[in-house]
This record gives sequence, structure tokens and C-alpha cells, in this order.
Amino acid sequence: MKKSIASFLLGTALAVTTAGAAFAQDKTVKIGALSDQSGLYADLGGPGSTLAAQMAVEDSGLAAKGWKIDVISGDHQNKPDIGTAIARQWFDVDKVDVIVDVPNSGVALAVNNVIKEKNGVYINSGAATSDLTNAQCSPNTVHWTYDTYMLAHTTGQALVKAGGDSWFFLTADYAFGAALERDTTAVVTANGGKIVGGVKHPLNTPDFSSFLLQAQASKAKIIGLANAGGDTTNSIKQAAEFGIGKGGQKLAALLLFLTDVKAIGLETAQGLNFTETFYWDMNDQTRAFSKRFADKMKSNAPPTMVQAGVYAGVRHYLKALDALGGNPHDGVKVVDKMKSMPTEDDLFGKGEIQPNGRTIHSAYLFEVKKPSESKGPWDFYKLVGSVPGDQAFTPLAESKCALLKK
Amino acid sequence: MQALYAQLLVGLINGSFYALLSLGLAVIFGMLNIINFAHGALYMMGAFVAYFLLSLGGINYWWALLFAPIIVGIFGMILERTMLQWLAGLDHLYGLLLTFGLALIIQGVFQNYFGSSGLPYSIPDALKGGMNLGFMYLPIYRGWVVVFSLVVCFATWYLIERTRLGAYLRAATENPTLVRAFGINVPRMITLTYGLGVGLAALAGVLSAPINQVRPLMGENVIIVVFAVVVIGGMGSIMGSIITGFALGVIEGLTKYFYPEASNTVVFVLMVLVLLVKPTGLTGRAA
Amino acid sequence: MTVATDDTLPATPRALRDEMIVFVVMAVLLAAVPFTKIYPFFVMQALCFALLACAFNLLIGYGGLLSFGHAMFLGTAGYVSGHALKVWGLPPELGILAGTAAAAGLAVITGLIAIRRQGIYFAMITLALSQLLYFIYLQAPFTHGEDGIQGIPQGYLFGIFNLANPTILYYTVLAGFLFGFLVIFRAINSPFGEVLKAIRENEQRAISLGYKTDQYKLIAYILSGTLAGLAGALKVFVAQNASLTDVEVAMSGLIVLMTLVGGLGTVFGPVFGAFVIVAMQQYLSGLGQWVTVIQGSVFVICVLVFRRGVVGEFAHFFRRSL
Repeated sequence: MKKSIASFLLGTALAVTTAGAAFAQDKTVKIGALSDQSGLYADLGGPGSTLAAQMAVEDSGLAAKGWKIDVISGDHQNKPDIGTAIARQWFDVDKVDVIVDVPNSGVALAVNNVIKEKNGVYINSGAATSDLTNAQCSPNTVHWTYDTYMLAHTTGQALVKAGGDSWFFLTADYAFGAALERDTTAVVTANGGKIVGGVKHPLNTPDFSSFLLQAQASKAKIIGLANAGGDTTNSIKQAAEFGIGKGGQKLAALLLFLTDVKAIGLETAQGLNFTETFYWDMNDQTRAFSKRFADKMKSNAPPTMVQAGVYAGVRHYLKALDALGGNPHDGVKVVDKMKSMPTEDDLFGKGEIQPNGRTIHSAYLFEVKKPSESKGPWDFYKLVGSVPGDQAFTPLAESKCALLKK
Repeated sequence: MQALYAQLLVGLINGSFYALLSLGLAVIFGMLNIINFAHGALYMMGAFVAYFLLSLGGINYWWALLFAPIIVGIFGMILERTMLQWLAGLDHLYGLLLTFGLALIIQGVFQNYFGSSGLPYSIPDALKGGMNLGFMYLPIYRGWVVVFSLVVCFATWYLIERTRLGAYLRAATENPTLVRAFGINVPRMITLTYGLGVGLAALAGVLSAPINQVRPLMGENVIIVVFAVVVIGGMGSIMGSIITGFALGVIEGLTKYFYPEASNTVVFVLMVLVLLVKPTGLTGRAA
Repeated sequence: MTVATDDTLPATPRALRDEMIVFVVMAVLLAAVPFTKIYPFFVMQALCFALLACAFNLLIGYGGLLSFGHAMFLGTAGYVSGHALKVWGLPPELGILAGTAAAAGLAVITGLIAIRRQGIYFAMITLALSQLLYFIYLQAPFTHGEDGIQGIPQGYLFGIFNLANPTILYYTVLAGFLFGFLVIFRAINSPFGEVLKAIRENEQRAISLGYKTDQYKLIAYILSGTLAGLAGALKVFVAQNASLTDVEVAMSGLIVLMTLVGGLGTVFGPVFGAFVIVAMQQYLSGLGQWVTVIQGSVFVICVLVFRRGVVGEFAHFFRRSL
């Protein structure tokens, strides 16, 4: 009883404020770019994501229509506690409307709950976990760019079709690695390939030689790396040392970013297969955007797919606000509007946002170039294949998202 | 069976790093009674110095093996002179806290300037490639790491246990006042010892640069394992730390093969077991 | 760890009175927070860490044992409470109890191992044990690896108080903190505490006086671990998640830092230190990794020139016991 009275009061209070705001045609927006500014994910998100959000605001042209849009940034230091504390403070004190980026699955899921509670808008681009739009989906959340399901499916499917029909997994021994391995296994077997073995390695292993020896002995055509970050770069580096590429086996990194390839170097990374949804050198539009972006970056680096996703997400969000004619400061309402409009931008092309919050766009399988093929400091990839969005991401029928049951 | 030989060899390679690092810790502990929490950070610095020598100065791996330990060793001696020496006479735990703080500072600064993804460092041309041993493909570089660390470990052991300088060192630990009475500059010996221990950490860093990505946090986890190694071996003994280092590398390697899920915990579990049976560590004297 | 305490005053009635006055002032100030403009979530977080630091301080400040693995109690209690609330659907009071009990159990097991050595060895053993636990939690299914346990329901305390209400939650956390604080306060000023101090000053002498010092140390360790667990269980309600961050070595280091800044072996130092460090993390978060550098520098400065900590120096200056 108490609860219902409280929620009734809260409901009226909300109704009054939102009605008031809509009446005044409020055109102020505050965007919070919450990322890892200096740790593991800083290079692929971090300051570049804040820049991407700012560029999206400038490119939207809403300032000319009388909108006042601010972008602020925060550092969650890869700690769920700090991430949620910042998010709460942004909503309670700074009156932020939308939080973007948020790499690191643990932080992303924690922040997801806060945003739902505060009825804000969440445009996640940096996190890998497909739970954001599956078991833990929220009416306030849009997940752009990529997730574990998509990575597993695209890489698995494309490589099996290209003849890589026997797999050995090197899997990081925790939830993320297990999810990647499970999803990839499903798609490999569904396409007629087989799994000949696998080994679970602890997180942050400095030495992969034992595991690589087992992979080598398995004679599998593809060695799938179901790990991330330092583990991926170290395993790739040491695989080269053990002559794994030369022995005819191919490495498939299930999660790899442009910045990782840069860090490993082409000499070692050449021939590696992996999936991304954005690469700066895809077409004239991506090149034009990436040039503008790189000019403003301290490191002159082109955007990663995560940063591109932040840009595209913010653009779409502002389009929805423009269509609403003002900022209702009501997260669910804005996200519903975003879902009702097809997405289209220079970076990801045409797409849509599914009812569970998943943004659907094409995914691409790339191979790292040989050093001799590379013509510039960031000329790393060649396109091997592509998978249309509706095949790359979790089919709605398989999703456990509660929003789909209505 | 063949696979087992391969895993044994691989474990030995890993053990080389543990041995070098725990040896450095043991040398420092023996003389200064300080557990050097900054050891991992200094190991990382060794790798970074090798990277800078190559990318900025064009100085190759072989010279880096010499210069990086010297540069980092000098840095360590400055730390000892400016900070650690003021802790003489205080509870040893303050040394642990101070070096923990130093580790945070060093790692933080490197993270700020170089991010976390790391920098590439390739294997020197002379050590590229590998050879087929029948039971495994051994990258030449890995073989080099084992041989080289064995040589360094035993050279250090010889220096401390068998030379006149080493005798002074050991005497200075036992009875500093008496040694000073013989006209030996004890504080300078302490500084040099710290430099030596730090240099060993940096050397391990250079050795690992071509194998691992050169990253600011590369020493963060390794150092805790090495702590456990040192507890198992008993901190008093130079030879003990060398042997335990190699032995635990092999045990960890075998775990990676038989039960990989436990490979990062096996050292800690062994530590618990050793403590239950022999609280002073395998070769240690009573503290 | 004997140095910071060379001039600790004996537990005279005056010292006790001083401490009681400060305690009342602290309790009143904290109780007034919801009526001010101070952001309650910040204070709640700081209170959890303050209790944690006080528990840690009981061990180092009065028992002379430096634990470099206290995060294991924080994290264990957090995971167990979180799991109990979310999966088993237990009410908050039982959730807190479950988490605290788990930490107590862990303290018994690890205590029996760690207590076998002293000084630096004790620090390294606790560090290694917490790292062992970190890897276990990383792989255990119920912790959900790096995702952590998310969206933990806050529920109704005793079926009445809605903990989703920030003010009610605040007073619940405050009550938990004050309870833990008083337990520690009581322990320090009891005969048990006197024996602990005697062991810290000279263990051989205490043994020759006929005390079974190992038992005293073990009890202090278990009490400390249990209260650190209480802090972890309370923190679950504030953060609504339980994650690996709380079991990491960095967290153990942070606990040491809080206590060091405030003053090892002082009654109120850890509370002060926790507020300083949490505020630093919060307000300097824009500086990224420089926060780590600043924390490291604070460590170095404290150890080199400021070994009594802020509260310790203050108390020393006024010849008071705080």
C-alpha cells in the first residue's frame, strides 16, 4: 500500500514536471560521455568518444535551431562503483539527459540499472556484453556498434564458409570468454564446421606458450581467440613466435580493435581475421569523417568503431529530439522515438533499432594487411566479407528481453 | 608423453622470469630487509627502457640487455638514496608501504603517457625463428631466455656467496657496526645492493619485452606471484629463491596442461600448503 | 608496527572522555547530513569505507599486523550479500547477516594460515590469499565474472523501511557504521585490547607473561575480517552491485592508504582518512590515472614525513588521545 501511494505521488510529480517541460519547449540537452579515460579502454573509447559526441552535436546543426547542447565527460576507471556514482551524480546534480559510450561490460551493466531508475537515455557503444539488449535489457537503452553475439557469429560464419572448418579455442576463463566461445561454437557447428578442442586460460596471462602448444598439436585450421585486451595481443604475439601462422593455421581474434592492431604492429598481426562494424577506410564518407576526427585528436588517430558508434548514436538521438520538437527529459519517450525512426548516417549506413534496444547494421570481416601492403600509418585492414545486420545480431526470437513480451 | 616434455620446457622458460625476479627480491631483502613492492614496476620500466633505446636511440636488444638494467638500476639507487634510506631503523613494514606507493606512482605515470594497450618490441633478428626438437617447436628466443637467465642467476649467486664483495655484503647484513669499523662504507653498499636487485628486475623486463606486449601494467600481477614464490622459498636464501623460481615455473606449466583452470592459483595454493607444513618456507630460517 | 605509537597515551579516564566527546560530535554531524545539501551517496560510500578502514586499523593499529588483503572480506561479503538478496530473495537484514557471516568464515580460515607468520610475511601472505580469492571469484559462476552481480534489489528492511529511499538508506548505513565503530571502540578499551597492545609492543614479553598470543591475534583478525565484511554487505545496498573491483589488490592498497592518512592506531583516523580518499577519488576523477599517481605520492609522503597520519599528528600536538 505504502509503495503504491509513493509511486503514485512520484508519478504525478514526474507527470507535472514533464508536462511543464514540454509546454516550455525546452531545448537544452546535456550529454555525458562516460568512459575509461586512461586505462585499458581509453584508446578505443576515452577522450576520442567525447570528441565524437561533440562532433555529432556540431554536425547535427541543432544549435542553429535554438538548441543548447552541452557535452561533459567522466572517467569510470573501469570500476562499477565509480561508474554508478558518476551516473547518479550526473542525473541528480548535473541534470544530464543521456549517457554515452561506457566501455567495460561490468560498468556498462551497472550504469544500465541507474539510467533505468533515473529514466535517462543510454546509448552504449563501448561494451561488448549482449546482455544489455538481452536478459538485462531496458526501455532506456540503445546499444550501438557491436556485442559478443555479433562478433562470434560474423567471424565464425565467414571463416567456416571460407574453408576454416575445424576450430580450436583459446578462451579467457571468465563469463565474457565463455559467452564468446559458446556463441562461436554454435555458429561454427551450424555451418558444418567442427570444434576439435579448446583450452581455458586465466585472465591476464603473461605466458601463452603452454596453450599455444596445445593449439598447435590440435591441427585445427582456425585458432579462435575468445579473449580481450592484453590477453589477445599477447596471444597473437606469442603465436607468431611459435610459428603458428607459418604452419598453416589461422588465427581468428573474436574481439580486436584498430588500436590493438596498432599496438601489436603489422609485422606480427598480419593475416589475422576479425570482425568490426566500422573501419575508417571503408568509403568516401568514412574517410572524410575520419580525417576531420583525426585532425582534432591529440594522437591523430582515426576513430575506432566504438568512437564511431558514439558519433552515430548521438546523431540519431538528436534527430529524435528534433522530431519531438523539444527535450521532454523523459528517457523512455525519447528512446521510443529513436526506435521508431530508421537509423542512417555516414559511418554505419542504413539500419534500425530493434524493440530490445539493439541497433542493427552491417558487420564486416577484415584481415590484417601485410606490412608491404600498408600504405599509411593506419592502413591496416582489407575487407574479406560482410554480413548484413539482420543475420549478424541476436534474432529477436532468441532474445530473452522482457520488452519483447508485450 | 611428448606433450609433457614440451610443457616441462615451457614451464622452465616461465620459471626463468620468476627466478630472476625473486632473486632480485631476495638480494634486496637480504641486505635492506625491505620487501620491494616496486619490483613489478621496475621490471616494467626495464621493458620500456629497452623500447625507448630501440625506437629513439636505435640501440638494439643486445645493448639494451646491458644498458636498461644500468639505467633502471641508477633510478633505483636514486630512490634508495632519497627515500628508502630514511626508513632505516623503522619497522620493515614501512618499506613495504613506501615501495607500494612508488609502484603506484611509476605505473600511473607510464599509463598516463603510454596508455594501456602497450607498445610493440620485436625479437632480435639473430634469435628469430625456431627449431624442431621432435616433441615441440621451440622458438629460439625462448631457449635463449632460459640459458641467459640461468647464467645471470648463477653469476649473482657466485657474486654474493663466493666473492670478497659478497662476503662484505653478507657481513654488513649480520653486523653493520662491525663492518663499518673495518672501514667499509655500509650505506654505499646498501645503495649498490638495491641497485643490483633493481637491475635484475629490469633485466627480466628486457628479456620479456619481445615475448609480451610492453605495457605499463605488465608487472602488476607478476609481482604478486613472485611474492608467493618468495614466501614458499624462504626469503633468506639466494639459491633457494633461484631454485624455487624455476621449480614453480615448471609446476605452473604442468598445471596449465593438466588443469588449466587452476594455473593462476596453483602457486598460491602451494604457498598455503607450505605454510601449513613449514611456516618458515622451504629453505628459510626462522624470521 | 611500533613507531607511530611510541607516544600513545594510556587509556586514562580523560582519554576515554575525550574520545566519547569526539564520537558524539561525529555521530551528530553524520546524522545531520540528510538535512544539508551534501550529496548522500557520497557520504554513504565514505561511511562504508570508513568502517572498513576502522576494521583494518584494529589489526594493524592495535595488533601490529599489516593485512594487505583486506579487500577479500569486503568483496566476499559483497558477493554473498548480493547473491542472497538477488538470487535467494532474502530480506535485507538476512542479506547483511549472510555477507557478514561469510566474511567471518573466511577470516577464520585465512586467519589460521596467515597468523603463523608476522611482519612482512604476514602482509605478503594476506596479499597472496586475497589474490587467490580474486582468481576464484573471477571464475566462479555465481559472481558473473567481470560483469559482476548487477541490479541488486534494496528491499524493505525488517519488512518496513524502504531502502530505495535515499534518506532511509542513509540512516541504515549510518547505523551499521556506528554499530561497527562501537564494537571496535569497545574491543580496544577492553582487557582484550590491552593484551593486543602488549603483543604489538613486545610479543615475546606477552608470551612470557603467559598470554597465548596466537589466540589473541586470531581473534583480532576474525573480528577485523567480520567487520570489514559488514562494511562490504552495507556497500551492496549503496552501490547495488558487487564486482571484482572490491577484491582487487588495488582495493587492499586503498584501505591501507585510508588508515595511513588518518593515522594508524588512532580511533578516528581511519574515518577521517576514508572520507579524504573517497573525496579524492570522486572529485579528482577527471584526472584519470593521475589519481593513482596522487595516491602513490600520498603513500610516500605519509611514510616519509607523516607517519602518525593527520589525526595522529593532531592528537600528538595536543597530547590527546583520539
